[in-house]
Amino acid sequence: MVTTIKQIQRGLAQKKFSSVEITQQFLDRIDSHNPTINCFITVTGELALQQAKSADLVIAKGEARALTGIPIAHKDIFCTDGIKTSCASRMLDNFIAPYDATIIEKFKLDGAVMLGKTNMDEFAMGSSSENSYYGPVANPWDMERVPGGSSGGSAAAVAASLAPAATGTDTGGSIRQPAALCGISGIKPTYGRVSRYGMIAFGSSLDQGGPLARSAEDCAILLQTMAGFDPRDSTSIDRAVPDYSEQLNADIKGLKIGLPKELFAEGLDADIAKVIETAIQEYRRLGAEVVDIQLPNSNLAIPVYYVVAPAECSSNLSRFDGVRFGHRCDNPNDLEDLYKRSRAEGFGDEVKRRIMIGTYVLSAGYYDAYYLKAQQLRRLIKQDYEKAFEQVDVILCPVTPEVAFKQGAKTDDPVSMYLQDIYTLSLNLAGLPGMSIPAGFSQQLPVGMQLIGNYFDESRLLNVAHQFQQVTDWHLKTPEVG
Amino acid sequence: MLSLRAFQLQRRKYPEMTLKNEDVRNIAQLARLQIDDSTIEQLTSDLSNILALAEQMKAVDTTNVIPMAHPMDAIQRLRDDEVTETDQRDKFQGIAPDVENGFYRVPKVIE
Repeated sequence: MVTTIKQIQRGLAQKKFSSVEITQQFLDRIDSHNPTINCFITVTGELALQQAKSADLVIAKGEARALTGIPIAHKDIFCTDGIKTSCASRMLDNFIAPYDATIIEKFKLDGAVMLGKTNMDEFAMGSSSENSYYGPVANPWDMERVPGGSSGGSAAAVAASLAPAATGTDTGGSIRQPAALCGISGIKPTYGRVSRYGMIAFGSSLDQGGPLARSAEDCAILLQTMAGFDPRDSTSIDRAVPDYSEQLNADIKGLKIGLPKELFAEGLDADIAKVIETAIQEYRRLGAEVVDIQLPNSNLAIPVYYVVAPAECSSNLSRFDGVRFGHRCDNPNDLEDLYKRSRAEGFGDEVKRRIMIGTYVLSAGYYDAYYLKAQQLRRLIKQDYEKAFEQVDVILCPVTPEVAFKQGAKTDDPVSMYLQDIYTLSLNLAGLPGMSIPAGFSQQLPVGMQLIGNYFDESRLLNVAHQFQQVTDWHLKTPEVG
Repeated sequence: MLSLRAFQLQRRKYPEMTLKNEDVRNIAQLARLQIDDSTIEQLTSDLSNILALAEQMKAVDTTNVIPMAHPMDAIQRLRDDEVTETDQRDKFQGIAPDVENGFYRVPKVIE
C-alpha cells in the first residue's frame, strides 16, 4: 500500500496509477476499517471520486499542482461548503457549512481530493477523542486504546492508512499528542501562520491548524499549502511563507538542541524517557550539540491553560444559541428556555464543564484573580522560551507522559485527562511552533518526540525532523489492521 | 518540579475548592445551560477539582507583569469601512432552525 504523499506524487507523475485509482484504494480501506476505528464522521466518497476524475484530466494536460489528485482527510472542525461540519457535537449534527474554511479553499486550489471529515473530541476539547457525539475513535495500534485527541480521527486515519495525510488543529497539543500516540508526524505551526477562518473556534488565542502525515517531508508539502496570510482572519500574520521543502536536507551539524530539565522530571514514563534518550544520541551522531536549558515556569502551563482556554471557549461557544444554526430544543417556553435547553442538549459534558469554568473565571469579582493572573503568567512562560532560544536552535522533549491509554481509563476524572497535556500546552500559550515525530516504541505502542522551534522557524523544525527520519525508520512502522 | 505527582499533591492540598451547588447553578444560569438536578453534585465536584488546579497560579508574584493577550503582542488590524461581503441571506438562513420572511423566529419576547 502506497502511503506517503511523496510516493503518491511520484506515482501520479509517472502514470503508475491515476488519482481515481489511488482515491478508490483509500475509500475501500475506509469501507473496511472505519466501522471498527471510527475515525471518520463523514466519508465523501462520491465527491472524492469526482475530484479525482478532474485531477486526472489536469494531470493529463500537464498542469498538475503540488497536491493535484492526492487524497487527504480533514478534521471535522473545518467548514466545508455544502458538507456536514459537526465538530463532533450534537449541536452541529445538522450543520451543513455554507462556506469553505480558507485552508479548505487552499487545498482545493492546489488540487487535493477530499476523502471525508474526521472524528475528534467535541469542539476539540479533549485528549482522547472519546468526547465525540459519534462515539470514540480507536487507536489502530491497539483497538482498546485511545488515539489521543483532539485530532484523534485524523491521526488514526493516517496511522491505519485510511488516508495518506489529514488536517488537524492544536489548541493545547491536539495535533502533537495524537500524532505521538498513533506513531505519525504532525506539526503545529506558529500562532498566526495558518488561517483560522472557517475553523470552528475553541481558544482563539491558542488555536492553530496544521497537518498530520507519515513523515516530516509530507508535513512540509502540506504546510506549504496551508500556511499564509489571510485578511479574513484578524490574527493571521502577514509574513512571507518560505519554501518548507527546500531546507529539509540541510546538514544539522552544529545544531544546538536544548533539553529542558523540567520536562524530563518525575512523572515521565521510564520507557518513554529511554526512547527519547536514544533519539538524543541519534542527534549527537548527526553532529548536533545538546545543551541543558531551563523553563522554570513550565509547571504553570496546566493551571494557566485551564483558565485561558475555558475562558475563550465560553466566549466562543456563546454563539451556539439555537437561533441561527445548529441544534434547537423542541417546544421552547420562552427565549431563555430555548437558549438553555438547546445548549444543554447540544453540548456534551466536557464542553459544558469548560464553558462553566470559563464563565466563572471571567465573571465579575473573579476576573483579576483568574483570567488576568493567567494572562500575566502566560507572559512569564513566553519569556522562558525567549531566553532558551537565545542559547539553542530547537528544544527537544517528550510529547506525552505515557503511551496511549485504555479507552475509559480517564473519562471519569477530567483533571487526570488534562494532565496528559503536560508537555504540550506551554508552547500554545507562547504561540511557538512544535512538532511530534515517532521516536520508538514502549509496550508495542508508539512513542513520540517533541521538537519546539522559535517563532516562524517551521522550516528548521521540519529539517531537524526530516534528518532524524533519514537515519531512523520509526515513522515507517505501521500497525496491522488487516 | 513539573510532575504528575506534584499535581496530585496539589489536588490533595485543595481537596475542595470553594464551589457549592448553588454557585454552580449561578454559573450555569450565566452560561445559559440547563442543569439537571441529578448531575449537580458531580458537576460541582468536577468544577471544584478543575479550579483547584488554577489555585497553583497564586504562588507566583506577578506584580508589574503585563498581561499577554497575543503571543506576538499584535494589535487589531483595521481595514477601510467598505462592504466586502456579498448578500447570502438565503444560503445562511437555509440552515436555520426557524425562519420567516428573512427573519429568524424565536418565542415571543415582548408582550
